[in-house]
Amino acid sequence: MSKPYYDASDLRKFGKITEWSEELGNKFFDYYGKVFEEGALTAREKSLIALAVAHTEQCPYCIDAYTKDGLQKGITKEEMMEAIHVGAAIKSGATLVHGVQMMNKVNKLEM
Amino acid sequence: MATKSLKARNNDIANTQRQMDILSNGIFADGELPTFAKKLKETNQFPLRPKKLEILQINLGYMCNQVCEHCHVDAGPDRKEIMTIETMQQCLDVIKKTEAHTLDLTGGAPEMNPNFRWFVEEASKAGITDFIVRSNLTIIRANKKYYDLPEFFKKHNVHVVSSMPHWTRGKTDKQRGDGVFDKSIKALQELNAVGYGKEGSNLKLDLVYNPSGAFLPGDQMGLERDFKKALKEDFNIDFHHLFAITNLPISRFLDYLIASENYEDYMVALVDAYNPAAVANVMCTNTISVSWDGWLYDCDFNQMLNLKVASKVKHIADYNEELLQNRNIIINQHCYGCTAGAGSSCQGTVA
Repeated sequence: MSKPYYDASDLRKFGKITEWSEELGNKFFDYYGKVFEEGALTAREKSLIALAVAHTEQCPYCIDAYTKDGLQKGITKEEMMEAIHVGAAIKSGATLVHGVQMMNKVNKLEM
Repeated sequence: MATKSLKARNNDIANTQRQMDILSNGIFADGELPTFAKKLKETNQFPLRPKKLEILQINLGYMCNQVCEHCHVDAGPDRKEIMTIETMQQCLDVIKKTEAHTLDLTGGAPEMNPNFRWFVEEASKAGITDFIVRSNLTIIRANKKYYDLPEFFKKHNVHVVSSMPHWTRGKTDKQRGDGVFDKSIKALQELNAVGYGKEGSNLKLDLVYNPSGAFLPGDQMGLERDFKKALKEDFNIDFHHLFAITNLPISRFLDYLIASENYEDYMVALVDAYNPAAVANVMCTNTISVSWDGWLYDCDFNQMLNLKVASKVKHIADYNEELLQNRNIIINQHCYGCTAGAGSSCQGTVA
């Protein structure tokens, strides 16, 4: 059997990255924790943003983590799916807006 | 969803020894996760000892009109274990002399005990200052004979604590059964109508939130804010506080965790979220739990695992508070459910 690149149980080991670079690892986790605290945005809003970005980044660990986080915060599956569509819309929009560059180039090159 | 208790289905998880074996073996036996006792020892909190007794929690029976997926009691319509009037009388004798200021009635659906009202009236006369009934809400709409419960609760200034897993129909009905959401909403509106849950009202109405799946509850204050907003906007419902309670890995929730292959991940999540600060205020340190047949336990969960108090006094008939208070609390891996994150108790978070 082939061994997959991603192992769901590796998410639990995320904290271990500090073992090989303690100061930077700790700074990262302090920052990370602070970012997700209630602020001008609610923790609930931040969780939905994180879920959308997790999908555009296609990070399986983040998807697992922020799906669970959303459930813990009482976020409904309809809200989660809409958040993912926001990410998908920006991704496809980002692709399509480059169509203008293609059009500019065609217009420049064609007689 | 199931319509019968694990017991009626002859499911082997209904056997408390089987539950204890699951909780003691597997990832805890091979050392992958530390036992709860080991965790307590790390912070010199072992053995766990009672503090001042504040709450007498009496389980009036396992009969219930609902069969919730996560129920730690394995309650349901087929459960016939209910407290007799003789045992209630023994409880009343204790209520008259206990130091505890709060009487907490639970079940099953405590209102289904035929002597429930008599017991409330007698206990009320005995001068309990805080009187809690854990109502599943739908019982108020289940049968005509229960329609006047809001008025009855009001008359005895009962503090009503009700389960409500989500402010949406889908999530609520999935955990608690079809139609539960609509009936619960109607019951809450009726409690509001007699004055319960209103701002400034001394008729206290609190809600209990249990996660509807293999995840821990989020921040209690954040959830309370979301529940209040949604229930007010959608149904004009008011309530006082929301208690976020963690599902403990016993009984029907344990069965669900195993069947859905979530057991190990859930236990890892509980152990990871272990908070030594929550240990100081876990409810077994200020509560005695009494079963329908009068046996004494450190908490309702130990009751469901048949772990009677480690004391010479084990039954309400022999009740002696001084002797009882001098005991070690019985613990096992399910206790991680009360110490995760901000902690969990029948009164919500503890840390």
